[in-house]
Amino acid sequence: MSTRLARGGRLINRTAPVEFSFNGKRLKGFQGDTLAAGLLANDQVLVGRSFKYHRPRGIVASGPEEPNALVNLGSGGRLEPNQRTTTTELFDGLQATSQNHWPSLDFDVGVVNNYAARFMPAGFYYKTFIHPRPAWKHLFEPFIRRAAGLGKAPTESDADRYEQAYAFCDVLVIGAGVAGLKAAKAAADAGSRVILLEQAPVIGGRAPVDQTEVDGQPVEAWISAMESDLAARDNVTIRTRTCGFGVYDHGYVLADERVSDHTPGDGRPKHRLWRIRTGKIVTATGAIERPLSFAGNDIPGVMLASAVRDYVVNYAVSPGDRTVVVTNNDSAYQTALALKAAGLDVPAILDARGAATGPLPEAARAAGIRVLTGKAIAKVKGGKRVTGVAVCAQAGEGAVQEEIACEAVAMSGGWSPVVHLWSHCGGKLTWDETISAFIPDPKRPPLNHDGSAMVEVVGSAAGDLDLTGSPKAIPPVWVMPQGAPIQLRSKMWLDYQNDVKVSDVQLASREGYVSVEHTKRYTTLGMATDQGKLSNINGLAILADSLGSEIPQVGTTTFRPPYTPVTIGALAGESRGEIFQPLRMTPMHAQHEAAGAYFEPVGLWRRPYCFPRAGETHEQAVHREVLNTRQNLGLLDASTLGKIIVKGPDAGKFLDMLYTGVMSTLPIGKCRYGLMCNEQGFLSDDGVVARIDEDTWLCHTTSGGADRIHAWMEDWLQCEWWDWKVYTANVTEQYAQVAVVGPNARKLLQVLGGMDVSKEALPFMQWSDGTLAGFPVRVYRISFSGELSYEIAVPASHGAAFWKACTQAGKALGAMPYGTECLHIMRAEKGFIMIGDETDGTVIPQDLGLDWAISKKKADYLGKRGQERTFLASPDRWKLVGFDTLDGSVIPDGSYIIADGVNANGQRNVQGRVTSTYYSPTLKRGIAMGLLKHGPSRMGEIVEFNTAAGGTVKARVRDTVFFDKDGEKQNV
Amino acid sequence: MLILECPYCGVKAEETELSPGYEAHLKRFGPGSSPEEFEAYMFARKNPKGVHFERWRHTYGCGKWFLAARCTATLEVFGTYPAQVSEPPADIIAKIQARRPDWKGYK
Amino acid sequence: MSEPVSALNGASFQGFASIREIGPLGMITLRAKGVKALDKAVKAVTGTKLPATRRIEVNGDRACGWMSPDEYLLIVPYAEVAASLASLANDLKGEHHLAVDVSDARAVFRVEGDKAADVLRKLSPVDFDKLEPGELRRTRAAQVAAAMWAQDGGFTLVCFRSVAAYVMGLLTHSAQPGSEL
Repeated sequence: MSTRLARGGRLINRTAPVEFSFNGKRLKGFQGDTLAAGLLANDQVLVGRSFKYHRPRGIVASGPEEPNALVNLGSGGRLEPNQRTTTTELFDGLQATSQNHWPSLDFDVGVVNNYAARFMPAGFYYKTFIHPRPAWKHLFEPFIRRAAGLGKAPTESDADRYEQAYAFCDVLVIGAGVAGLKAAKAAADAGSRVILLEQAPVIGGRAPVDQTEVDGQPVEAWISAMESDLAARDNVTIRTRTCGFGVYDHGYVLADERVSDHTPGDGRPKHRLWRIRTGKIVTATGAIERPLSFAGNDIPGVMLASAVRDYVVNYAVSPGDRTVVVTNNDSAYQTALALKAAGLDVPAILDARGAATGPLPEAARAAGIRVLTGKAIAKVKGGKRVTGVAVCAQAGEGAVQEEIACEAVAMSGGWSPVVHLWSHCGGKLTWDETISAFIPDPKRPPLNHDGSAMVEVVGSAAGDLDLTGSPKAIPPVWVMPQGAPIQLRSKMWLDYQNDVKVSDVQLASREGYVSVEHTKRYTTLGMATDQGKLSNINGLAILADSLGSEIPQVGTTTFRPPYTPVTIGALAGESRGEIFQPLRMTPMHAQHEAAGAYFEPVGLWRRPYCFPRAGETHEQAVHREVLNTRQNLGLLDASTLGKIIVKGPDAGKFLDMLYTGVMSTLPIGKCRYGLMCNEQGFLSDDGVVARIDEDTWLCHTTSGGADRIHAWMEDWLQCEWWDWKVYTANVTEQYAQVAVVGPNARKLLQVLGGMDVSKEALPFMQWSDGTLAGFPVRVYRISFSGELSYEIAVPASHGAAFWKACTQAGKALGAMPYGTECLHIMRAEKGFIMIGDETDGTVIPQDLGLDWAISKKKADYLGKRGQERTFLASPDRWKLVGFDTLDGSVIPDGSYIIADGVNANGQRNVQGRVTSTYYSPTLKRGIAMGLLKHGPSRMGEIVEFNTAAGGTVKARVRDTVFFDKDGEKQNV
Repeated sequence: MLILECPYCGVKAEETELSPGYEAHLKRFGPGSSPEEFEAYMFARKNPKGVHFERWRHTYGCGKWFLAARCTATLEVFGTYPAQVSEPPADIIAKIQARRPDWKGYK
Repeated sequence: MSEPVSALNGASFQGFASIREIGPLGMITLRAKGVKALDKAVKAVTGTKLPATRRIEVNGDRACGWMSPDEYLLIVPYAEVAASLASLANDLKGEHHLAVDVSDARAVFRVEGDKAADVLRKLSPVDFDKLEPGELRRTRAAQVAAAMWAQDGGFTLVCFRSVAAYVMGLLTHSAQPGSEL
C-alpha cells in the first residue's frame, strides 16, 4: 500500500495537519502536500477512470503533465472540473470527487468498454456510427455525448473574483529551477528589470530532489541563498504559483497566477492573469520524464520514476513497500536510491540497455539493489493496483523469464525538454540523437520586433538534462519489449487520458495516415487536457517506426498556448457582471430608470425603448407614447445623438466632400439634412448639420455613429487632405439633448421661458442660443417625427435638472417621455429613413429616393465615383417605396417580396424586401417601407411578402409618406 | 500582439491601443477615373508575405494616423512614420533594404 | 439654474487605494498648431507654459496637457470656462484654431494611496514604473479610452462621462482589499 513515511518530506509541515475529503471520505494530510501526495499518503491509489474504456487509473506524475489524476474540486459556485491533483495544493476542507465513472469509482459500469476494447480501435467513432444516417443524430450522438467528457461543467455562477494585470520588464525568466535562477541573476546583475515566474509554490525546481549540490554548495543552501539574493533586489520580481503559459508576438507573455486556489474564499482574487511585455524571454521550463510503453503501463501504481522520487523526497510518501524500477537511462537509478534511503524495498532495476555503468548504477549496486540489464517488463500484473511485473528480455518478443511481486513500478523512458514556450511563436526544433529528444534549435528562434531572437532556452529545457553542458546519451526505447506482439501492444498506453495505445497509432499508419497532424486527430493522441505532455514523443516515434521513417522527418504537432489549461475566469478578468462591457449612460439615465423605462442597446448606449406604466405591455406603452406625442407632447432623451464640431477656413470645402449635399452654402443659424457615404458609394450615416458661425459647423450623426464618423473625418483630414485647415472635435457627451415634440412643444418652451421660440423668431430648420428656465441652451428647430419639434442641447452636467424641469412644466401640457420605438414609428409614418433599417451597407442614397440630398453640381464627394459604377446606376435597382397591406396587418420584419419562378437553387425568386414595418397607432393599421425593383414606377400595384410562418401578405405599393404629407403639423 | 511606436507621441503602443487601417500609400481615384483605376484603388489591396506598409491609428492615444513598415511573415517592424507622406521615407527604405536585400521595393 | 452635477455626483470607494470621482472640472479642448500666439494664449488661461510632447503642466487648480501634436487639454475652475474661452478667442483671433468646452463631456477620478499605481496596472497596458512625473498618458482603461497622470501623490484619471459608472466599477474591482500586486 502507499503510505506516509515517518520521516522526511522537505515540502510538508508536519506541525500543520489538514483534513480533506475524496469522494466523501475524510482524509488527513499536511500543509505543503499536493492533493496527489495527500491521496497517496492515504493509500488512495485508484483516483479516476479513463475516458474511453473506463479503465482504473492512478497518479502517474507529480506535476502539470499529469494525465490521469483529474478530479472535481469544490462544490456549488466553486466547483471546478478536471483539476490536476498533482498541482492542487492541499488545504483544510478541500473537497475532491473523482470523475468519469458510474455508479462509483470502484465499480464502474462503463468499464464494459474495456472488455470491448478490441472492437473500439482508433477512429472507432468515424467507422461505426455512420449508418443508418438518422441514427447519428438521434441515437449515437446523444449516447456518445453522455458518455464522453471527464468532469462535469459547473451549473452555478463562479463565486470567485478574477483580475488581470500588466507588467513590464527587460528579461522575463519562466521557471525558477537552477537554470532559471542563474539566468535571472545574470540578467539582474546586468542591470535589467527582471521578472521570474515559477508555477510551483516554491522555487528550486527539481534540483533538491535530483541533485545534492550546485556549484559546490549543498543544493538547498544554494537555492535559499539565491532566493534571498534575488528577492532583495529592486530590479527583480519573483512570482510563485504563476505559470507562464503562452508566448506571443513582440515579447508578449501571458501568465496565470493562482492567487488563492489554496486559500479559497479569503477575499483575494482566485486567479490573476498577467499580461507581461518583456524585451527578452528566457525559458527555463525543465524537462518532463517520458513513460515507457509496456503492457499494463496504465495500471494504478505505475508511475514516472521522477514522480516516485518527488513523492518520497518532497512529501515523505511511499508509493508502495516494493517498487520495481524500469528504465533506459541513469536518472531512474536516483529513484531506486531514494526509495532505498527511505527504507523501502526495490526488488529490481530493469534496465533496457545492454549495460549500466557509471556512478549511479554503481551506487545502486553498492546499495544492494539487483540491477538487471537488457531486461524489460513483459506485462504489469494487477487490476485496480499493481501486484507485480513479468520480466522479459528487451530484445525478444516478451517471453516471461521471471515474475517479481511489487506494489509500484517506477518507469523512465528518458526526458522530453519542455519546448512549448519556445515553439508558441515559431521557434523551431531539432532532434537530438544523444538524448533522443526534440530540443530548441537556437539557429531558428522566434523573432522579436527588431528581428532578433525573442526567446532563449536554458537548462534541461534546452536539452542540458543534467546541467553539465554535455548530457549523457539516452538510447531510445519506444516499445518494451522490442518485438512485442499485438496482444502486448494493445495494452501499451501512449495517451492515458484519451486512451490511445501503441496499437492504435500503428493501425492509423496502416490505414494510410502519414501526417502526424492527421494521426493526432484520427487517434485523438495528445488531444486531452494534458495536450500530450507525456504521450506526444512516444506516439510520434511509434508513427515514424510504422512508416519506416525517421522521427525528425515525421516532426511534431504544433505547440499552441496555453501550456496548461487556464480557467475562463482568469481570461475574462474583470469583465463580468456590471462591468462585462462599458454601458454608456446619458445624464438622465437614473431618471429613466426611476420612471420604469425599458432599455434597449444602441451601440454601447442604453436608451429607453419605452416607458411602460403599470399593467401595460411594451407595445401598449409605445402606442400610447406615439398618440400622446402626436396629440399633446412627447419628451425624448436625444443625448446620444452624435455631435461633431468642424471648424476652420477649409471646413466648408471639407464638409462638401464629406456629405453628398452642399454644406458650405448653409447660412449661419440654419440647419440642413445631410447624407454621408463611404467611398464605394453606400450610405453610411445621416444627420442635421447646423452652421454655427463663419468657419464653424456642427454635424449631428446617428447615435451609434458618432465615434465612427469622427474617426472617418480625422482619417481624411490626416491622411488625404492634410494641408486643409480644418479641426474637428467630438462633443457628443458635452451636451444632454432633449427633443420636445408635439402640438404643445412651443407652449412648453414658453412656460420654461427665457427666449423667443415663435414661428417667426425660430422657423423650421433654424437654431438659436439662449436660456430656458435659466439653463443655457441651444435650441434646434428640427423634426424627426413630423410634429412641431425642438431639440434642446444643455451642458450635460445640467441634463438631469433640465429633464426634470421639462417633465414638471410639461405635466399640465400632457407631456410624457417617449422611447426609441415611438421615435421609430413616428419617423416611419413620415417616411424618414433610418440608418441600419433602410440601409445595410449595400444601399446608395439614390435607392432611397434621396436624390434631392445629392448635389449634381459638385465635381466630387466621398462616394460619388462609387455611385457611378454601372450596377449602382442601373434602373433595375431595388428602390424605396411604401406599402399598405390590403388587410391592414403588419408585414413581418425581414420579409421578402416574392417574384415568379425559382432561382438556380430552387428558391423562390424575390424582387424586394421590407426595411421598416410597424403598426401605426396614428393610422390604426400596418405601415411599411421597403425596397422594390422598379418600385417608384409601380404605384398602386399589389405585391406579396412572404412570412416566416409560410404564408404571404398582400400589400399595395404607395409613396413613403403615410402621415401629414404636406408637413402642416411641423410648420406651425 | 504587436507593439508599434507612435511617431507623433512616442508611445510604444500595444495593438489594443491601436486600430488597423489596411494598406498605406493608396492614391485616391475619384470621379473621372476609369473603372480599372477605381477598382485598383477600392478593392485590389496588397497582401504580401513579407515587407508591407500599413496604416494604423493611435486610437486610444493621440488619435493620429501613422504608417508602419513591417514584415508580415516575421512581424519585424522596420519603422513607423507620420501619415502625411505619399511614399515611404528614405531612412525606412534603407533599413528595409539592409534587412531584406531581396526586397523588390514598395510599389 | 441648477448647480452643475458631475457624472457620478462624487462617488467614492475605499479599498487598498482610495477612489474618488471629482469635478466637475472646467476643461477646454484647444486645437492649434504652429500658431505664434499659442504660448501666450495658454499662459493667460492656465498660467502654465505650453507642455512638451506627452506632458502636462500643472499650476494649482489649472493645467495644460499635451493630447496630440495639435491638441491640448486646458483645465480651469468650472466657473471660468466661458471667460477662458473668450480669452483664447481674443488671443488667437485670426489664427486657425478650435477651442471648445468639454467640461461636461468628461468624468474625472482620483486614485490615491501608496499602492494607487497597482489599481491602474490592472486596467491599462502602461508601464507605470516608467511613467515620469508630469507625464500625461493617453491609453485605455480596460475597454474605454482614458488619460491619466501622476499628481499630488496619486493619479488623476479622465474618461468620457457616459462611461463613468463603468470606470468606477473597474476602479472598485481593482482596488479590492487584499488584491495588491
